[in-house]
Amino acid sequence: MPIEFEAPKPITNAQFVLKTVAEEMMRPKSRYFDEHEHEIPWDYIEFMHSAMKAMGGSSLAPKENGNGKDAEKEKRPPIGYQLIAAQLEALSWGDVGMYHCLPGGGLGAAAVHSAGTADQRVKFLSRFNGDKPTFAAMCITEAGAGSDNSAIRTRAVLDEKTNEWVINGEKIFVTGGDKSFTEYEKLGRGFIVVWASIDPSAKRAGMRAFVVEGGTKGVEVVKLEKKMGIRVSDTAAISLVDARVPFENILGSPTVEKNMAGFKKAMATFDATRPLVAATGVGVARAALDFLKEKLAENGVKIRYGIPRQKLSSIERDVIDMEIMLKSAWLMVIKATWMADNKKPNALEASMSKVKAGDVCTKITQKVVEILGPLGYSREFLAEKWMRDAKITDIYEGTGQINRLVVARQILGYSGAELR
Amino acid sequence: MYSFDPTEEQQMLVDAVNKYAVNDLRPAAREAEENNDLPKKLVSKGWELGLLQASIPESYGGFGERSAVTGALALEEMAFGDLAGTLAVTTPSLFATPILLAGSEEQKKTYLPKIVAGDWSPYTAALIEYAFDFDPNDLKTTATLQGENYILNGEKAFVPFARGAESILVYANLDGQSQAFIVGKEAGGLSVSDEREKLMSLNALPMYRVRLENVKVPVANRLGGAAGHDFEIILASMRIANAATAVGVANAAFEYSMNYAKEREAFGVKIAQKQAIAFMLAEMRTEIEAIRLLTWEAAWKLDQGREDASNEAYLASTGAADMAMMVTDRAVQILGGHGYIREHPVEMWMRNGRGFAMFTGLAIV
Ligand SMILES: Cc1cc2nc3c(=O)[nH]c(=O)nc-3n(C[C@H](O)[C@H](O)[C@H](O)COP(=O)(O)OP(=O)(O)OC[C@H]3O[C@@H](n4cnc5c(N)ncnc54)[C@H](O)[C@@H]3O)c2cc1C
Ligand SMILES: Cc1cc2nc3c(=O)[nH]c(=O)nc-3n(C[C@H](O)[C@H](O)[C@H](O)COP(=O)(O)OP(=O)(O)OC[C@H]3O[C@@H](n4cnc5c(N)ncnc54)[C@H](O)[C@@H]3O)c2cc1C
Repeated sequence: MPIEFEAPKPITNAQFVLKTVAEEMMRPKSRYFDEHEHEIPWDYIEFMHSAMKAMGGSSLAPKENGNGKDAEKEKRPPIGYQLIAAQLEALSWGDVGMYHCLPGGGLGAAAVHSAGTADQRVKFLSRFNGDKPTFAAMCITEAGAGSDNSAIRTRAVLDEKTNEWVINGEKIFVTGGDKSFTEYEKLGRGFIVVWASIDPSAKRAGMRAFVVEGGTKGVEVVKLEKKMGIRVSDTAAISLVDARVPFENILGSPTVEKNMAGFKKAMATFDATRPLVAATGVGVARAALDFLKEKLAENGVKIRYGIPRQKLSSIERDVIDMEIMLKSAWLMVIKATWMADNKKPNALEASMSKVKAGDVCTKITQKVVEILGPLGYSREFLAEKWMRDAKITDIYEGTGQINRLVVARQILGYSGAELR
Repeated sequence: MYSFDPTEEQQMLVDAVNKYAVNDLRPAAREAEENNDLPKKLVSKGWELGLLQASIPESYGGFGERSAVTGALALEEMAFGDLAGTLAVTTPSLFATPILLAGSEEQKKTYLPKIVAGDWSPYTAALIEYAFDFDPNDLKTTATLQGENYILNGEKAFVPFARGAESILVYANLDGQSQAFIVGKEAGGLSVSDEREKLMSLNALPMYRVRLENVKVPVANRLGGAAGHDFEIILASMRIANAATAVGVANAAFEYSMNYAKEREAFGVKIAQKQAIAFMLAEMRTEIEAIRLLTWEAAWKLDQGREDASNEAYLASTGAADMAMMVTDRAVQILGGHGYIREHPVEMWMRNGRGFAMFTGLAIV
């Protein structure tokens, strides 16, 4: 296919539908949940669950029957990740915190999807099509291991007598950890994907991810964080004390190879999810820029496109610069997901899209609050919230610095040891 | 669908242009810049790649169809070699492409076969004017209708190859609208400065001031004929070209400084192993990609005749100017003191880099 920028129908359709969802189901509740941290937005969760079911899938994860048949049947080029990116962008335009409250597996399911076997996919992912909304979460970060996840201390030891993994450790900052693990009446049984070492002497090569089912004994949500933004999204600390999980819940090989194949495969999850996180950043940024333009128009301020910069007012320049940033960031997301859909290696593009979106969404939301002055700073409007919400984009799923490192290593051909 | 793969044909063209850019333009660039002179042979060789010829249909002597996307791909690649050389090679397009896009049948028949038939020949265009707030949509050069003729008055700047040009496409303000007029070399009242423009860069490209004093242009020589034409499309094509060449120059600077950083040692390691350098490189690469995609999208929209193509082209060009300045500045920085010395090309690219804020009008897709 030649170079083309025509959004496919399923994407424009999704954008259309989700705009209404954002306006009707998210925006009206944004402020409430921002000010009632740790309340769960049940109405929204249930609505979204049934809406997604009605639309043919209750998960935003790429269509998966366990054997990828759907994709093969399709004659047209696959657009799974591009579509998800568009959906997340549209939802995050509504409220990026509430997007995190979307049932369907999130990063936990993504990990199973990219690192699990076909059997594991069926076993762990089919639940998201159930009657009740269901969540899953990803637990990598620990107090002493953030960007440097090779410092993870959580251990998994195989008990050969029972053929179970015994996991011990403490995870922090688990998005959706509470909804994924705690047994709520209104929710189906979720799971958390816990990263642990099966052989600390092997460092990274010894790291594996384990599916830990909701309610597993010895596992406990010990804290819910209070945050600057995305307050409606629960961020949990989870402790694991002699938690036992079945042998077959390990994602990837149970033995430690000398090479890093296992670890690399697990990290490949990020090539798929980074552009999606970038998409959420683009969504918040677009919300803020749209709002700014609306307010400027209400106040009779026109943006004169097409004239030389020397003649533009400072506000006009800012708006035009923000549009350039926003549009190009979105194109980078689309390119990275298009590569994923077409099975082209996209580690570079995935991280670049995240670098760009992290920059763009923090800059735009901050600038919008500045330009709007007291209106921007006031909690009467959502601009100030979007600025608080946006910041997380540059932190999780690899900080801006870590993604710059990934990009630099890719372009320079350096290993982690050569550039750290 | 979204897709980011050039067609096979486009890829072949890009590869051919790349060869020329790397093997011919780049090695000649420094000397050309220092001596204010581009070898004629070098320009002819670039002309023979057939960028313009391939954008003109057979019926007018060419062998293809014009596509802004293809143009953007080719211009980026050529500018990766050298900007002055690229602008010289493609100068005839400044005249021919607007005629192709908006000319009357008669104008197409008169000029296009002639231009594409032989060797590179001096046809050019005059858009830019010497004012700090120059605005292509608010030209100070005027055209007024008097009987069967338009009368042109004003002064144009940065006109490549104006001296010796066969014909110049002059943009002037007609009742508040920018319109182009074909002015032959013999036109009375047309004068080209003796001295070349002296700019911060592009020394190799001969550019001149052009004065128009009551120059008479027959109505038939208004671009598109008496009815005129849509200037927006031409301007958008120029802006896309500006953005594409900016991406090319930026990419040259990025690649050169990256390779340097992998070789240069300081404090016992390659400087590329220092995050201060590596992060600059990562950001340069990221911003280049961002503007490249924006440029492609604008070009694609123009090819599709989308309403928002003009605006997209404006955004791409505006973003490209900032991006090129940032990237080329950092390239010099990465080379340290050596970047400042004219033995390396990065300082030239940095001087090019600032130009994209005012080069719209010097290239077209
Ligand atoms: C709201 C929220 C939700 C989250 N959700 C999840 C989740 O669902 N699952 C999960 O596992 N984790 C989650 N995280 C954790 C998140 O991924 C980490 O916070 C992030 O990876 C950074 O780790 P850290 O906070 O320990 O910072 P640190 O790693 O301590 O970094 C501190 C600073 O140092 C910089 N830095 C670190 N290493 C380098 C280096 N080599 N070179 C240059 N600079 C460097 C960082 O960029 C940063 O600026 C979440 C965090 C938050 C705040
Ligand atoms: C016009 C001119 C006049 C000069 N005059 C004099 C003079 O009178 N006397 C004199 O002695 N010298 C002079 N210099 C030399 C000047 O001081 C050096 O060029 C300068 O110190 C940088 O060294 P370098 O060029 O070798 O760059 P390098 O040291 O090779 O640096 C290349 C790049 O790597 C970066 N870098 C290097 N080390 C690190 C690090 N540890 N961490 C992060 N980044 C790093 C640098 O910032 C730079 O961006 C002059 C240079 C010029 C261009």
